[in-house]
Parts: sequence; C-alpha cells; structure tokens
Amino acid sequence: MTNLTKLTLSDARDGLRGKDFSAVELAQAHIDAIGQAGQLNAFVTETPDIALEMAARSDERIARGEAGPLEGVPLGIKDLFCTKDTLTTASSHILDGFVPAYESTVTANLWRDGAVMLGKTNCDEFAMGSSNETSYYGPVINPWRRASDGAQLVPGGSSGGSASAVAARLCLAATATDTGGSIRQPGALTGLVGLKPTYGRCSRWGIVAFASSLDQAGPLTRSVRDAAIMLTSMAGHDAKDTTSVDLPVPDYEAALTGDIRGMRIGIPKEYRIDGMPAEIDALWQQGISWLQDAGAEVRDITLPHTQYALPAYYIVAPAEASSNLARYDGVRYGLRVPGDDITDMYENTRAAGFGAEVKRRILIGTYVLSAGYYDAYYIKAQKVRTLIKRDFEQAFEDVDLILTPTTPNAAFAPGEITDPVTMYLNDIFTVTVNMAGLPGISVPAGLSSDGLPLGLQLIGKAFDEETLFRGAGVLEEAAGFDAEPDVWWA
Amino acid sequence: MNERAEAGRQAARVHGATGDWEIVIGIEVHAQVSSKAKLFSGASADFGGEPNDHVSLVDAAMPGMLPVINEYCVEQAVRTGLGLNAQINLHSVFDRKNYFYPDLPQGYQISQYQQPVVGEGAVELDMPDGSTVEIGIERLHLEQDAGKSLHDQHPTASFVDLNRSGVALMEIVSKPDMRSADEAKAYVSKLRAILRYLGTCDGNMEQGSMRADINVSVRHPGEPLGTRCEIKNVNSIRFMGQAIDYEAHRQVDLLEDGGQVVQETRLFDPRRGETRAMRTKEEAHDYRYFPDPDLLPLELDQAWVDQIAGSLPELPDSKKARFVEQYGLSAYDAGVLADDKAAADYFETVASGADPKIAANWVTGELYAALNKKGLEIEASPVAPEALRDLLGLMADQTISGRIAKDVFEIMLETGEAPLSIVEARGLKQVTDTGAIEQIVEEIIAANPDQVAEVKEKPKAIGWFVGQVMKASQGKANPQAVNDVLRNKLGLDQT
Repeated sequence: MTNLTKLTLSDARDGLRGKDFSAVELAQAHIDAIGQAGQLNAFVTETPDIALEMAARSDERIARGEAGPLEGVPLGIKDLFCTKDTLTTASSHILDGFVPAYESTVTANLWRDGAVMLGKTNCDEFAMGSSNETSYYGPVINPWRRASDGAQLVPGGSSGGSASAVAARLCLAATATDTGGSIRQPGALTGLVGLKPTYGRCSRWGIVAFASSLDQAGPLTRSVRDAAIMLTSMAGHDAKDTTSVDLPVPDYEAALTGDIRGMRIGIPKEYRIDGMPAEIDALWQQGISWLQDAGAEVRDITLPHTQYALPAYYIVAPAEASSNLARYDGVRYGLRVPGDDITDMYENTRAAGFGAEVKRRILIGTYVLSAGYYDAYYIKAQKVRTLIKRDFEQAFEDVDLILTPTTPNAAFAPGEITDPVTMYLNDIFTVTVNMAGLPGISVPAGLSSDGLPLGLQLIGKAFDEETLFRGAGVLEEAAGFDAEPDVWWA
Repeated sequence: MNERAEAGRQAARVHGATGDWEIVIGIEVHAQVSSKAKLFSGASADFGGEPNDHVSLVDAAMPGMLPVINEYCVEQAVRTGLGLNAQINLHSVFDRKNYFYPDLPQGYQISQYQQPVVGEGAVELDMPDGSTVEIGIERLHLEQDAGKSLHDQHPTASFVDLNRSGVALMEIVSKPDMRSADEAKAYVSKLRAILRYLGTCDGNMEQGSMRADINVSVRHPGEPLGTRCEIKNVNSIRFMGQAIDYEAHRQVDLLEDGGQVVQETRLFDPRRGETRAMRTKEEAHDYRYFPDPDLLPLELDQAWVDQIAGSLPELPDSKKARFVEQYGLSAYDAGVLADDKAAADYFETVASGADPKIAANWVTGELYAALNKKGLEIEASPVAPEALRDLLGLMADQTISGRIAKDVFEIMLETGEAPLSIVEARGLKQVTDTGAIEQIVEEIIAANPDQVAEVKEKPKAIGWFVGQVMKASQGKANPQAVNDVLRNKLGLDQT
C-alpha cells in the first residue's frame, strides 16, 4: 500500500472510490502520523475515536455507492469552528472546557459531504496573530526548518496549526479562517495552497468571531485542486448568516481547465515595498513570466490606497473584536475567576482568560470606538476601506486577476519578531483583500535561499473564485513546487 | 396651540418664590413589539415560562452565533411609525451599544443609533379642558431587550434569566414638548391607545411591556431649556404624574435655594412617591456605538411600506372625528371614547340601538363609574354592550323612566340579568295609565291643602307634587303623564 498520508485530497478521494484502501485505513494512517507529531503542537484536541467512527460510516456509504464528494477524507478543523460535542477553544484560556451544543455551518457542510474529523487544530488565540505564538496551548512549529541553521520556525498564523498539520501530512486538508491573511500567510510559510474566499461565500455561523466584517473561512490544502474540492463543500448560502450570499456554488474543480490564454493579469506597483527582499521580488517576476508564458496578458495597475490598508485594518479589526469578545465574561460558559462583585469577577476572568495580544487588540478597539475618537479613527478607517474597495473595482475593470507576493518574507523563528507592528507587517499584502472582501489564494511558488517555501498570491473579483482557481492552477503547474519538509519530528 | 391650551399650560406652572417655573418634559417609551419571536432569534417572546425556557443559542450569545432580523418585528415598527404619522426611513442601520452586565449576554445591545427605522412624527392630545396639544415624535427605533438579574434566589449569588434577552422593543422618543404632568399622562395614554389600535404592542405597563423614561427639567418661561433629569422605573400612568410633580418641585426648590440641577438618572420609588439619584452623567457609560457588522443595513421597499399603510386600522384621531361627525358627540366625549379601542367598540354597539349622546353619557358616566368601583377594564364589564343598548331602548320607548333605568342598571351589574327580565320580574314598568295616576294625584291634593294653595301662587312648586306622586308610585309613574295630570287637577297652564 502507498503511504496514505502522502496523497493529495483528490488522489485519496479517487482511491477511496476505487476501493484501493478504506476510509478507516486512511484515517488510521493519519491518526498514527498525528501521534508521532506531538512536537509540532498542531492540534489542540485530537479526536481519533470520532475519526474512526466517521471513517467506518464513510466505508459503509462507499460500499452502498452513496459516497459524498468528500467521503472518507480526513481533515483538521481549526479550533475556531464550533464542533458539536467536541471541545472548542479558539486557543484561548477563556474558553476552557467549552463544548458547543451545535456544529458550525461550514463543518456541517463538510460532514454532510462525507469528510472525517481528525481533531481541532491549534491557532493564534481568537485568530489574532501572524505566527501562531499567541495560542494559550503554546506555539505551533513549522515542519519546515531553515537550511542554514536548522532552526525551528513558526508556521505563520493565525491558522498555524492547520497549516503545519497539512504540510506535515497529518491530515489531507484543513479548515482555516482568514481575517487579514490568516490562511494565505501560513499557507505561504508552509508550502501550501491557502484560499480566502469572497466575503459571504462561506457562512460564518458557528465560527468564533474575530472581526465580523473581515472573517472568512477557507481551506489549506496541498494542491489547488484540493482547495477547489474543499470550497465546493464549504461554501453556500446560510439563512443563519445574513452576510452570506445567496449565489449558487459552482463545481470549482471544473474551473481548473489549465487554460488562461488571453486572461489579463494586473501587477500593482504599490506592492513593490521598500526593503522587500530581492528573492521575494524575483519570485514575483518569475510568477509574471509563468503566467505570460501560459498566454496571459500582463498589465501594470495601480491600487493607490494600498499603503493605508494596514493601519486601517488595525483599527477596524480590533474595533469589531473588542465588541465580539465582550461575551467572554465568565457568566455563562468557559473560564470564570471569582471576584468580590460582578465587576471584580469580570476583571479577574478577562485578565486571566485573555493573552497579551488579545488584550492589546481589545484595548485598541475600545479606544478607537470611544466617544471623541470614533470619528478620527473608526469612521476614517471605514472611509479608507471604501477607497481600497474602489481601487480594486477600478483595477478589475481592466484585469481579471491580480498577482502579488503573499508575504514579504519566509518563515521566521519563534521569538524572532517581538514588536507587534513588525509582526503586523507580515500581513501587508493580504489585508487589502480582506478590507475589499475579495477572494485571494496563495500558491507555493518556490524556495527561499534558506530552503523555505515562498508563496505568490492571486486576487480575484468578488465571487469569481472560478477564475481565481484557473489562474492558481496554471501558476501551480508552472511552479512545479514539489519540495517537502524532512520528517524530523517523527 | 390654541388659547385654551396656552391657558392650561400657564395654570400648570410651578409657582415659586422667584416666579413661575415651566416644566419641560420629554418621554422615551420602550414598547415591546407584539411578536411571537424575538428580534434576532426564533425563540419565543412570551411572558412567563420557567427562567431560561425561552433562550436560543443566539440569545445566550454562544460563540459564533449570529443575529438574523425578524421581518415581522420590522413590519410592526413600520406600522407604528405610520400610526404616528412619522417619516419611514427606507434605509436604517443596526448598531451595537457596548456595555457589560450579566443580563446582557453579548456584552452589547443591538439597537439603532444614528439611523433609526422611523423618523419624526406627531401625536395630538385632547386635554380635559377641550384644548388640543400636539407632541412631536423625534424617532422610533428597534432594539433588543436585556435579560433579568435575580438577586433573591441565593444568599450570595445572583441568577440570570435570559427569557427576555433579545425580545424586540420599540423605543419611541418624544420631543421635549410637554409642559405638565397631565400632558405627559395624556401623551402616554394616547401613545398606548395608538399602539393597541395598531396591535403592535399590548401596552401593558404593569407587566412591563410598555415602560416610560421621563426627562424633566424646569425653566422660567421664555428661558433656554434647563438641565434635565431622567426618571426611570415609572410603571403606571398614575405614578407618572406623581413622579413628574415630585421631580419638578425638587428641581425648583433646588434652583431657588441657589443650587444647580445635576444631569442624572433618577429612580422613582412608588412607595415613597419620590425620585432618587441612580447615576450621574459622569458615571454614564461610553457605549461605543458602531454599526453591527453581523447585520446588513435594513433596506425597505416603498411598495411594502405602502402596503402596510393601506392596512392600518382606523386610529383614535379619525375615530374621534367620526364620532363627532356621525354621532354628534362633543369633541371631549368622542376623544375619551376613541382613545380606548374597547370603549369605542362598546360605545358603538350601544349606539347602534340608542340615542348616541345618551349612549355616550351612559358609557362614560354610569358604566365607567361602576367599572372604576369594581376595578374592572371595560373588556371585563359585567354588563355587555348589547344589554346596555337594550336598557336604553326600554328608556327610549318609555317602558321605564330614567330613574328606574339606573336601578335596573345596578341590578344588571350585580346579576348580569337582561334588562327586560329585570323590569318584568320586578314590576318596574312605567305607569302611563292616566286613570291610575289621577287616583294618586287626587289623594295627594286632598291630603295637602297648604301646598295646593302655595302652588297656585308659585307654579314652580309643582315639583314638590311630582316628587310625591313619583314616590307614591315607587317611581314607576311616567313623569310627563304625572305633570300633565297635576297641571290639569291643580288648574295650572299646560306647559
């Protein structure tokens, strides 16, 4: 039997249907891999019993010829998705012992289509972070190591556990969420495909909220095809989320025609930032050539308000977060640290329950919404957001996709970046996409001089994930990225 | 504003040592939307039930839960706005009002701040002196109710009941247009009448489905507005008058003693009939309002609004106008009846078979007095409107006299018997047989020669004889017949 954990999701799907192996065998192979990968700290909660039970039912359905699109496919689920009867923590101390009585719409869609849950993956606390160092359950380690010094590295964040798990072959794919780059940045730093769909494409119902107007669920996978298969199951209108959009979900896999002849690709000059490493710029130029070689037409475009995106994002996202996280008060669920009176209890609970980065963002958010500051910060940031949206709308009058680097650097070591603002700069190429509500995908495109994965990002028009996948498929094909990390942890 | 209203307002001023003080009142009414489900969740909005029986995952603010607007509640708000002759805003926005409290699970209340669903409108008040006063409506917006903290269930802990968490409220904000406790009471009564007519709120203040926060300030007439205090916890219209009078005098005393009114929230204590400070402006929360990113702006279709407008029932003002026009009632009587839909319906049933003015007098007079005494609402009247109509019919066809009618009405109140059977069973039919009356008259004339002499001098003294005859007939003699016979026998001119 082949090493089942080496398969892509699409290969595994086909193998299950062809009865080359069973869903239980596939699940067991991944359970074993997870069991050996404790050093990576990719999972907060492992659910082997649930996985085997779900796999057994998948095998029954496969035997009856009733296989769903993801039948028997074992997945990691970011611990931001509420899973019925399974601990859900958002990697925060404040959700200690929280076991939801409900299933998020996205995961329910995946189970409907036959997928199998291996466990809940680690992430930055409440998805706030770019390195997965803010998790109450400790940092996640990137399976990739630097060639020069062999140092352990961060997987990026906030979906670091999902990224690490998929990159280390602990699951075939994982769910993730992206508020400012939390799928694409870890995807780039771990050599994976990371897709943030259009805002409204996937339901947010049952996903622990960070910043409601920016949060969007998406997959981390080892191929563009796998991402397309995952999104086809995850996406769809949900009456329980009024910001989800009632549009039919196409068969995204069918969009992967490999033909981008005549497609217009925009190259935004504002993304050529000061101090960007030469190898990032070189990779970007390489990407441009690949797309041109495949018959696309490359155009220079301008997105003039790009430089304001990151500061505006760090007003809007904390503002919403400060309000969204008010419900964690020790009254109804999760952690409660007693106090002399109700205010004391609130203060003790939230002081003990939230980590430093979460507290920082709650403070920033509370400040920018305060009387006297609201207009200067929040309202101005919303105006910037409108301008960023308009930049993209104008650009998309002339182009079909936009190509940029995903991150300004490769993976770094835990503790290497301690200044919050420097950390925030890791999202400089990705936040604009969230601010505009557009779909973006990171595709692994090459290795850094130190042997670490680097990604290129394609940005599409709203709800045009099909064109995005088509372009990403061509980029993936041209890059031919087939490097894998050494399995040093097992 | 007519002269009579102006005079009434002057009379309502507080007479202080430094001259007259004008009371300025604005009212925020929280009216629970009549709806089976809550504003943003499918949970039941019913009163009662065991604590935490009517709580959805959304109401309990579980992680990842999202609000979904209840379209029916929006329709009720629009209907109310139309009933208040107010601007309907086709574009409105839900905001989050952020504060911590155990009965507020989300840590914020979803409300409408800068862009409410309903804008400016007006309510017309009929005052007892016959004047009318128009009170401006500033806005109406939709918001969630909070849950309830229970402090008496455990020696050291408080419990929280989330049954009311997320129930839809309409906050209706008046302009500071009222100048007396009477106007304030009339305003809330009128508002309640309109809400009940529309069926958008049951208006039950005792159960808390309608609550009023009253802003009171005082000033010398013509001066700018004074500093206001907001009075909370006023849960009946009667208490409202007490609270306003107390608060206005408190402020006048304070100012005349050289002090200053501090802007604050005050709580009305119905047992002591006074208000006391709850929190000052300095302690007020910074609510950090911002648009709720979980909810798209509310976009209404003009055609949908028009459809609701077309389905509105006849409201108190048009009903009042119709009562004046159709039944010839006085504006005040028409207003009193029209302000209470049940009373208006009762009256119309009675008036369907009786003289409308007499019907109005009986409903607002005898009936109201009797109900008042028994502490009953008109819906629970022991005398059905059809029975009262029949009673007035017996009076109209002279089967009974007005005096007997009142006696019969008393019996109806106690026994619920039909008027005709009471009259027949108790032999209360009016005597119109002149032979019988003549016999009584002759006996009385014979027995009272002095009075006979007197009445020849002073014909008005005939009233004494009428009384004697009625007494002797136990009230059953027809008064007109008695009069005619008396005049004839006493040799007076017929009138």
